[in-house]
Amino acid sequence: MMSRESVVSASALVKTFGDVRALRGVGFEVGTGEVVGFLGPNGAGKSTAIRILAGFLGADSGTAKICGIDVALDPVSAKQHLGYLPESNPLYTEMRVQDFLQFAAGARGLSGGVARAAIDQAVERTGLASVWGRLIGECSKGFRQRVGLAQALLHEPDLLILDEPTNGLDPLQVVEIRELVRELGREKTVLLTSHVLSEVEALAGRVVLLHQGEKVADGSLAELTTQAGVMPVQVSAICDGASLAAACTEAGAETIRELPNHADGASSWLCEWSVSSIGAAQTQAHAVRALTDAGLTLIEFSPQNATLESLFRTLSRPSSVEVSS
Amino acid sequence: MKAFLLAKREWKSAVDSPVAYVLLALLPAVSAAFFFVMGPFFDRGVATLRDFFGLLPWLFVMVIPAITMRAWAEERRSGTEELLMTYPMRLRDLVLGKFLGAWGLLAASLFFTAGIPLTVASLGDLDWGPVVGGYLGAMLMGAAAISFGLFLSASTRNQVVAWLISAVGLMTWNMLDFAATAEATPPALGRWLLAADFDEHFFAFARGVVDFRDVVFYLSVTVFFLCLNGLTFEHRRAS
Ligand SMILES: Nc1ncnc2c1ncn2[C@@H]1O[C@H](COP(=O)(O)OP(=O)(O)OP(=O)(O)O)[C@@H](O)[C@H]1O
Ligand SMILES: [Mg+2]
Repeated sequence: MMSRESVVSASALVKTFGDVRALRGVGFEVGTGEVVGFLGPNGAGKSTAIRILAGFLGADSGTAKICGIDVALDPVSAKQHLGYLPESNPLYTEMRVQDFLQFAAGARGLSGGVARAAIDQAVERTGLASVWGRLIGECSKGFRQRVGLAQALLHEPDLLILDEPTNGLDPLQVVEIRELVRELGREKTVLLTSHVLSEVEALAGRVVLLHQGEKVADGSLAELTTQAGVMPVQVSAICDGASLAAACTEAGAETIRELPNHADGASSWLCEWSVSSIGAAQTQAHAVRALTDAGLTLIEFSPQNATLESLFRTLSRPSSVEVSS
Repeated sequence: MKAFLLAKREWKSAVDSPVAYVLLALLPAVSAAFFFVMGPFFDRGVATLRDFFGLLPWLFVMVIPAITMRAWAEERRSGTEELLMTYPMRLRDLVLGKFLGAWGLLAASLFFTAGIPLTVASLGDLDWGPVVGGYLGAMLMGAAAISFGLFLSASTRNQVVAWLISAVGLMTWNMLDFAATAEATPPALGRWLLAADFDEHFFAFARGVVDFRDVVFYLSVTVFFLCLNGLTFEHRRAS
């Protein structure tokens, strides 16, 4: 990350609303070409941090830079580099898709043939052709999300900020929008927020974990899992659920959760082992040995990335963890 | 010019919205109704638009807050404010754009009142000087009222509240001359009140007289509230 130029550079951001301390000194970087996931529970301060970056809110203290430009000092230039999909995707519902995209292009300083080409490309990318002349308010939620994405990427920005891009969509549309974001992530620098771990896992190479206005972790999900000191493993064996659970607990698993049953006669549990003292490989070896010694016919023992719950349980303690990549 | 871009967006939205048509029709319809039906025009037997222009400041009290109430309040309510404020546009262009948008709608609305002078001219010998002056004054007074209304729209997210405060504000401002001429008012204060009165600066226009001081009055009120509007956003961004 050191060698890469930072597209986003935020340091020591503080923001209070009345007596709510939304951000208590948050700093992070996003390098060129990175896709970074901002992760945290409701009220963690994700949107607040993003609104400061986008120039919608001013920070009480700290600096936010986009492509090296301080957003507070030169907002217009900084915003030129930014494409932004705000949380809950506000749009002018009384406008037609076509008119709105033309307005958005103009607002970004595009005009004439350049604007037309940019709009055409954005429409093609986001698959908006079929609702081109429709009122935005009459579009389905999925299409509205696409309109929000289209206005954000019209001007080929250096940075895309997407605040909960799949929030409130049905599962099918979640998949489609995720696919779109994944494609965008191949060529662009993206900062996206979510409180769904699997989404960030699917899209982002790196995770910044916020909790109660503080950054509690920063690194790839695998690194965070290691840092968190837990090893979630999916364990399946040919036996009934109760005896597998007992065996796992006997083998040292700290938490266990039953997974939906799949094959005939087999049962699966998601178990977490603590790996703090002896390391992941040793922990695995011990666990497998213990389970086989218990007489189980193991058919699966596959380590997983940490769940959001376990990450928060272990990482959101006062001393923050930083993982450099 | 990004301000025009925003103004055009306002107009485009207006074209697609039935509310805007009602608004545009309101001023011509009500003024024509008052002027020809209820007003003393036909009794007087003189071809003059004095009564129409006399009525205009009071119509503005209702109509202009209705034009401006949505402007910012609706952006706040729907959240599109966040889009607008994160596009690379200067605050000045945003405020000016909203202003031009509303001013354009007022111009369109006033345009449709042209039937009144045309009718009068067809009935008698109309002196066009006061008519041109009156419309010029109406646009200037309208500009001041619009920037006042926009400022109030920026300060609330409820359109009805924005309308109510602007309407009551304008009405009070129009009535300063009553306070100025009241017996209890000391003459020195009275002169100040009269100079500060909102529609008092309009009537010379309607007589065909363009007084520099009246122009300056409306322009300064306009600029003052547009600046206040900008400051409201600066303040909100930081808080
Ligand atoms: N405009 C505001 N006025 C007052 N409080 C606010 C405002 N915006 C955010 N907050 C508060 O600041 C805290 C952080 O909010 P923020 O929206 O940044 O969280 P978030 O991480 O985006 O949560 P979510 O996942 O729900 O979107 C919350 O306690 C919220 O109530
Ligand atoms: Mg949020």
